[in-house]
Amino acid sequence: MNGSDSKELKVREKQELSSQTEQTRPGPVFTPDVDIFETEKEIVLLADMPGVRAEDLTIDLRDDVLTLTGEVQEQANDQEQALMMEFGVGKFYRQFTLGEVINQGAIDANLQGGVLRLTLPKVEKATPRRITVKSA
Amino acid sequence: MIYRRWLQWPQWQLHSPYDEMDRLRRRLEELYENYAGDQAGRSSSGVFPLVNLTEDAENFYLRAELPGVASEDLDIQATGKSITLSGERKIPVEEGARYHRKERDAGKFSRGLNLPSDIDADKVTAKVMNGILNITIPKAESVKPRKIAIN
Repeated sequence: MNGSDSKELKVREKQELSSQTEQTRPGPVFTPDVDIFETEKEIVLLADMPGVRAEDLTIDLRDDVLTLTGEVQEQANDQEQALMMEFGVGKFYRQFTLGEVINQGAIDANLQGGVLRLTLPKVEKATPRRITVKSA
Repeated sequence: MIYRRWLQWPQWQLHSPYDEMDRLRRRLEELYENYAGDQAGRSSSGVFPLVNLTEDAENFYLRAELPGVASEDLDIQATGKSITLSGERKIPVEEGARYHRKERDAGKFSRGLNLPSDIDADKVTAKVMNGILNITIPKAESVKPRKIAIN
């Protein structure tokens, strides 16, 4: 599953979102690439959001719907003229519906080098109890 | 496209009532070209990583989105007129993980780029911030625009 040894990276075009619910600020919106995996105790989501600073990232979990929004600052100065533009720059947005019950108080988010790592701990299921029936 | 063929049909007629339609056709074509042009402006070379290149009077600026690539895994070489970007994106293996989605890729990359004019290869600077690589490439003195004083 790893394959980082010799594989050549292929270009994956940024996916532009065509119609999000109407925006107040115009500009392109992109869907971040994500990895989502589950372990016994938690669900982990990794999202590529290059250019997003921690203070520009909003993570919202409400009614089992997880929403990620990341604003990206323009890097170019006013004098710069475009020579070759291969990728678009804009906000990141993506929504997920969670199937599991999440322990909301223990969610952990860490943004480093443009990659968000979001850890969503599952609520521990009540261990089944055996009820012994006493007979008098 | 059907509408184009249809609109081009009466072209043999001089001064016809179709003139108005001809104008409309040209206008539509203009719009279509603008739209296609915009797409072409973002056409990619198909080589990872995708880059945006800009310039001002002093420098070229090369930017690439490289989330999760550590600066020690990145190699940038500059010569007379070109820049080479190479490196590796590593994604650690997660223990005991059951994947639901896997859209992020790991792997090696290498890309060479020729710049439109000579550069000052010794003064190229690069930094990675929030997963975006930002390379500032000073233009060679000989190609910088020079202000000429008038006596």
